[in-house]
Amino acid sequence: MTDNTKVKELADVVVRFSGDSGDGMQLAGNMFSNISAAGGNDISTFPDYPADIRAPQGSLTGVSGFQVHIGTNKVYTPGDKCDVLVAMNPAALKTQYKYCKSQAVIIIDRDSFTKRDLEKAKFTLENPFSELGIKNEVIEASITTMCKESLKDSGLDNKTVMRTKNMFALGLVCWLFHRDLSVGEKLLREKFAKKPAIAEANIKVLNDGYQFGANTHASVSMSYIVPGKKQQEKGRYMDINGNKATAYGLMAAAEKAGLQLYLGSYPITPATDILHELAKHKSLGVKTVQCEDEIAGCASAVGAAFAGALAVTTTSGPGICLKSEAMNLAVITELPLVIVDVQRGGPSTGLPTKSEQTDLLQVLFGRNGESPMPVIAATSPTDCFDAAYTACKIALEHMTPVVLLTDAYIANGSAAWKLPDMNAYPEIKPPYVKPEMAGSWTPFLRNPETGVRYWAVPGTEGFMHRIGGLEKSNETGAISTEPENHHLMTKLRAEKVEKIADCIPELQVEGDADAELLIVGFGGTYGHLHSAMDMLNAEGRKTALAHFRFINPLPRNTAEVLRKYPKIVVAEQNMGQLAGYLNMKVEGLHLHRFNQVKGQPFVVEELVEAFRQL
Amino acid sequence: MKYTAADYKAGQPRWCPGCGDHAFLNSFHKALAELGVPPHEIAVISGIGCSSRLPYYMNTYGMHTIHGRAAAIATGTKVANPKLTVWQISGDGDGLAIGGNHFIHAVRRNVDINIVLLNNRIYGLTKGQYSPTSERGFVSKSSPYGTVEDPFRPAELCFGARGRFFARCVAVDGGPSVDVLKAAAKHKGTSVVEVLQNCVIFNDGTHNAVAKKEDRERNAIYLEHGKPMLFGAEKEFGLVQEGFGLKVVRIGENGITEKDVLVHDAHCEDQTLQLKLALMEGPDFPIALGVIRDVEAPTYDEAVEEQIAEVSARKPYHTFAELLETNDIWEIKE
Repeated sequence: MTDNTKVKELADVVVRFSGDSGDGMQLAGNMFSNISAAGGNDISTFPDYPADIRAPQGSLTGVSGFQVHIGTNKVYTPGDKCDVLVAMNPAALKTQYKYCKSQAVIIIDRDSFTKRDLEKAKFTLENPFSELGIKNEVIEASITTMCKESLKDSGLDNKTVMRTKNMFALGLVCWLFHRDLSVGEKLLREKFAKKPAIAEANIKVLNDGYQFGANTHASVSMSYIVPGKKQQEKGRYMDINGNKATAYGLMAAAEKAGLQLYLGSYPITPATDILHELAKHKSLGVKTVQCEDEIAGCASAVGAAFAGALAVTTTSGPGICLKSEAMNLAVITELPLVIVDVQRGGPSTGLPTKSEQTDLLQVLFGRNGESPMPVIAATSPTDCFDAAYTACKIALEHMTPVVLLTDAYIANGSAAWKLPDMNAYPEIKPPYVKPEMAGSWTPFLRNPETGVRYWAVPGTEGFMHRIGGLEKSNETGAISTEPENHHLMTKLRAEKVEKIADCIPELQVEGDADAELLIVGFGGTYGHLHSAMDMLNAEGRKTALAHFRFINPLPRNTAEVLRKYPKIVVAEQNMGQLAGYLNMKVEGLHLHRFNQVKGQPFVVEELVEAFRQL
Repeated sequence: MKYTAADYKAGQPRWCPGCGDHAFLNSFHKALAELGVPPHEIAVISGIGCSSRLPYYMNTYGMHTIHGRAAAIATGTKVANPKLTVWQISGDGDGLAIGGNHFIHAVRRNVDINIVLLNNRIYGLTKGQYSPTSERGFVSKSSPYGTVEDPFRPAELCFGARGRFFARCVAVDGGPSVDVLKAAAKHKGTSVVEVLQNCVIFNDGTHNAVAKKEDRERNAIYLEHGKPMLFGAEKEFGLVQEGFGLKVVRIGENGITEKDVLVHDAHCEDQTLQLKLALMEGPDFPIALGVIRDVEAPTYDEAVEEQIAEVSARKPYHTFAELLETNDIWEIKE
C-alpha cells in the first residue's frame, strides 16, 4: 500500500459480483464470503440468478449476481446497495449499476468492453459510463489479457484460462479489503482436489489479481478494512444457505428421533435444492423418491408416515395447491408429516425464482373442511436448520402434519452458521403405542394432556387397525357419520394443534422496551426488519420488533404483546395476510400495514422511510 | 404359524347384496391365509370408490385414502418399510381415471406392491357414471346418449408401462381368483390383477360372458405357464399363432392336434404374445384368465435399499455429526 491510497476502517461493507452466467460470479462471491468469515466477519449473502435457462452470452438477461455483506458486528441482511460492484461485462454494468451506493467503487474487465460487447448490452454510446451517468470511481483492469499472460506457460487451453477471470477479480477485491489469500488458496485446492493443475492456475490468477491491485494501487483512492470482531462467539463455523440448512435440519431430526428420513418430492424452483441435498446422503439412510407429480410426492410421504418413517415433502406454492388433499389426509389420519414450502412469487407460475410471503393464508386455510395445521416460518438461512428440526419434532410428537415456510430469499441466501452441538438439541420422542395397550387401544385413543393419539406402526403385533380419509369414531376408530362425533373430532383435532402452544417459546420483543412503534413480521424478513428497527432506534425513534416464527398456533403471549404498543406496523411481502390473520386471532387491534410484492427482498432504507411516516 | 381366512376378517362389508366385491373379498381372505403372511405385516391401501372400502374388512393394517392416490401412498409405505406386504385396492375409476398417472408410474418403477383393479366399468359410489373402461357408446347418467370415447384396456396400460406381472380373474370365480392373488403376492415387483367384477345396481351383466361357470368354459381360457392353450367344456378349442395374430382352432379339425396349440409362457421377457392374449375378447376369442405375464426384474424398493448399502460402504460419513465435518469449516478462536 502506498501513501496515495488511504486505508479506511468500516463496520460493514457490501460487495456485489456480477457478470455473465458463465463468468463464475457465484463462486467468486462465495469465496469472498468464506474468506471474510474466516477473518472473523459476520456474513450474509444473496445470489441473484437470471430467470432465463441459457441466455445468450453477454446479453442483459444473462447477468448473474452475487451479493456479499460482511461486517464487524452481526449483519442481518445481504445489504440494500453495494460499496463495490464487480461488473465483468457491459450487460452486468448496465443491469447492476442500480444496486450501487453513490460512493461505490466499480471494477470492470476492460477487455470485455469492446464495441461488440457494448452492442450486446444495447449501449448506444461508445462510453457506457457516460451513457449511464456513472460518476463513481472505476477500476478498469484488463482482466482477460492479464489472465492469459499469467497462465501463458501453464499449458492450459484458452477456454480453461478464460474461466479463471473470476479469480483475478476476486484477488483484486481481496486486495481492496486487505484479505488474506491463504484461505482462498485452501478453498481452491479443495474444490479442484482432483484437478491440481486447475487449482494451481486459479491460485496463481488469484494472487496476480491481488498483486495487480497492490502494484498499480488500482488507481483507487481508498482501500478498506472491515475488522473481524474480537469478541465473536468462539466455535466452528461454515457457510450455509437456507435450503441446505433445511435439509440438514430434517436429517438431524430423523437421527435424533431414531427414524429413517423419507422424502417424497417433485422438482420445483426454488425448493429443488433440498431434494438434491438429501438425495446425496444415502449413507445416512435417507430415502428420496422423485415422484411423478406433486400430488404423489405428498401422497407417498403420507404412505411413508403410515409405515413409520419421518416423512417429508418439499415444494413451493404451486405444489402446495396440488398437495392440499393429501395434506388433509394427514390431518384426519393424524399422521406426522412435514411439508416444506419454499415460497416464490405467485399466483400461478408467477415468478419462480423470486421471493414472496404470499402462501401464508394458503397453508393456514387452503384446504377443505376444518383443517388445523401447525405452521412455522424460518427467519433466516441459518434458522432454516432449527425451524426444520422443530417442525419435525412437532409433527412426530403431536402426530400432525406441519408446514415449514421458507422463501426463495432465505433458501438461496447464505450466512455463517455455527456448527450445532446436537447433544444440546431436545429429544424427539414419538408417542408410540406401548405393548400393554394391546386390546384396549383404538386408533384415536389420546393422551389426555396433549390430545395426541398414539402411533401404532404397521409391523407391530396386536395393533392392526384401519385409518383413512373418512371421519372416524373417536371411541372405536370405525367410520362414523354420527353428528356429535364429527363435531367432537373436529374440536379434538383443533385442540391438539392449539395445545402445541404449550411447547413453543413465547413471542420475543427486541429493541426498545418502551417503544412507540412495534414492527411485526414473520419468516424471512427478519433481517431487514431488524436492521430497520436498529436504524430507527439509532435516530432516536423508540422502536421494537416482534417477529413471528410460530404462526399456528400463535405463541401464548401474542395478544398481550400486541396490545402493549400504541402503534403497530405489520410488514410483510404480501398484501396483508399476517395482519389479517392477527386481526382474526386477536380482537381490537389497529394495525398499520407495509406490504410489498416485488419478488425482491425488502430494502431497509425504504422500510425506515415508511416507518418514519407512521 | 398357520392362519385361516377368519384371521384376516374384520368388520361387516357394506356393499350391495350381490356385488362382486363380496366374492372377491372372500377369495382375498383365503389367499392371504394360504400365503400365511402374518396379518400385522400386511398393509392394505385403497383409494376411493365402492371397492376401496375393502381395507375396513381386513384384520390387517390398512388405510382408506383419497381418490386416485392409493398407488402413490402404497409406494411410500413399501419404500419406507420393504418388510411389509403391501396390497393396493382400486377400482377402474380410482385406478385408471383420477389415479391413472400414479398407476402407470408405480408399474414403471416396479415397486413390490400388489395392485388389485376391481373393474366393473362403472362409477358405483357416485351412482352410475361411465368409467374409463366403459365401452364406446355406453349409456349412463353422465352419458345419456352414449359415450363418444374409447375405453382403456387395463392390460394395455400395464404392458405399456412395462408391467412385469399381469393376471386376470372373475370375482365370482373363487378358486382361480385365489390362485391368481397368491401368484401376485409371490411375484417380486408390481403385480397387477384385473378382477372382472359385476355391479348389480348400475352395470349389471357387464361381464355376463364370463359370469357363469358354463359360460366361462366357452368364453374364457385359463392360462397356465407351460400348459397348452386349450379351452371349452371338453378342452376342444385351442389357440394357435397365425401370421402376426392369434387364431381359435378346434382340435381334430383340419388335422389340428393338441401339439399344434400354443404353450403359455408367462415368463417370456418379450411381451408381444402375452399382450395379444390379454387383449383377446369375444365373440371371436375367449377372454384370457390366470397369470398372463410374470417376469422377474429388480424392484424399486430393493434397489433403494441396495443403493443405500452400496453408498454407505463407500462414503466415510454415516452420522449427522460426521456429515457436518465434510463442509468447509473455519474456527473462531479467542
